[in-house]
Amino acid sequence: MTRRQRASAFRAAQYALLLVIILVFAFTANWTQLRHSFFNLEAAAKQFPDVITVALKNTIVYTVLGFSLGLALGLVLALMRLSSVGPYRWFARAYIEFFRGLPALLIFIAVGTGIPLAFPGTSLNRNVAIMVSLGIISAAYMAETIRAGIQAVPRGQIEAARSLGMSPGRAMITIVIPQAFRIVLPPLANELIMLTKDTSLAFLLATTPDQQELAQFARQALNTTQSLTPILVGGLCYLVITIPLSLVQQRLERRFGAGVKPGGGV
Amino acid sequence: MSDNTVIEVSELHKAFGDLQVLRGVDLRVERGEVVCIIGPSGSGKSTLLRCVNMLEQPNAGRVSVDGVDLTDPDVDIDAARRRIGMVFQSFNLFGHLNVLDNLTVAQRKVLKRDKENAETVARANLTKVGLSEKEKSFPNQLSGGQQQRVAIARALSMDPDVMLFDEPTSALDPELVGDVLGVMRQLADEGMTMLVVTHEMQFARDVADKVLFMDGGVIVEQGDPEQVIGAPQHERTKSFLARVLDPTHHGPSDPAL
Repeated sequence: MTRRQRASAFRAAQYALLLVIILVFAFTANWTQLRHSFFNLEAAAKQFPDVITVALKNTIVYTVLGFSLGLALGLVLALMRLSSVGPYRWFARAYIEFFRGLPALLIFIAVGTGIPLAFPGTSLNRNVAIMVSLGIISAAYMAETIRAGIQAVPRGQIEAARSLGMSPGRAMITIVIPQAFRIVLPPLANELIMLTKDTSLAFLLATTPDQQELAQFARQALNTTQSLTPILVGGLCYLVITIPLSLVQQRLERRFGAGVKPGGGV
Repeated sequence: MSDNTVIEVSELHKAFGDLQVLRGVDLRVERGEVVCIIGPSGSGKSTLLRCVNMLEQPNAGRVSVDGVDLTDPDVDIDAARRRIGMVFQSFNLFGHLNVLDNLTVAQRKVLKRDKENAETVARANLTKVGLSEKEKSFPNQLSGGQQQRVAIARALSMDPDVMLFDEPTSALDPELVGDVLGVMRQLADEGMTMLVVTHEMQFARDVADKVLFMDGGVIVEQGDPEQVIGAPQHERTKSFLARVLDPTHHGPSDPAL
């Protein structure tokens, strides 16, 4: 066989393997059962409109709340990590190691039960509790991402800013952080998508029906419909959030791509 | 120090770890003067320039600009730097801002000029460097020569008393060097006080009022350009110039080539 014939034979073998795998699944799976469980149109119809007006809405609200707090706190922690003041650096380091290492589930429980215990008399608003839980976890991840972004901005940018008479703080805010955010956009979008899914833990805190988010809503619907379809509907609703996020991320990356390479030249 | 002295450096020492980069440098630049610093790489010329606006902290010695001692720990260094323009080898334009914003950002945030005023100044300087049609471009859409001219316009927009140039043409393709040198020559003709680290001997010869040759962290020789470049006295100056001006014939001193 010539080189070219070998290459095409290998290619054909790959397609054949794929076909075999598909056929095995197609013939062994119980399609009727699957269709009945997951694609029950009647059960799907029953999900609407609440799955959108309540569950999807709440998931989005919790995501936005958690991400806002996480981003703000993450930026502060990133700056503390880079501070010249030792205790700030140590605190940020300890915070990041601590909250990055714990499962989100524990944090939700700790916030939900711990804060009312620690500060007796405070009746923690559910939204605030969810925001705090998601915020303190995502801040730990985002702090490291943002710190890396800040450090990736070339030193020459700071020197140019300082040579124009900007103070260190002014240079950081006006020149470094905007460029750092363009650099960390892809990993931050990743954080946002992970955070969207972490809102499913809100069931540990939110109990009233109008505070349910997608995952809890879908689980509850399992009982009422006796079908797995709500899982599919809920899952699709997550994709309704995350896929547009990916698209926005791609667009932003392309748009900022023009400005990403700071300084140009060398 | 006379009223006309803009930069005065005395007994300047700078070390990076164990490496002594500057070993006692004295320098004086008068108002309207163009001083070029030449010398081999590693001679400390860029470090000297960066000490003039305190981008590097000297270990000993004094730097004063417009009569203000910049080595005084209590000095308002940001205020001093507003009057000292700096142009870098690698341009260092702000990548997230378009050309016009690169020129206005410091005017607005540091000098507190209003938008209209800052843009007027910026446009005047862009016209001066011949790039008035590029104000909406981003740095990475420009050639190196254009970026460097924008960087010069950015520094000029702060209305500095003195301009520092750190090898402004070393990162450029050869055919783009001329545009940048042309702008610098024009600035010199307008009477700008300039301290220039450069390898462009022809520029130094034509434009400089004074040329300093540095080697090993000290100024080896200085004087007017015809003297330093045309008729150098010191052996080190002679061999440096021989290598720079005639790079393919530097004889047996460098057998590796």
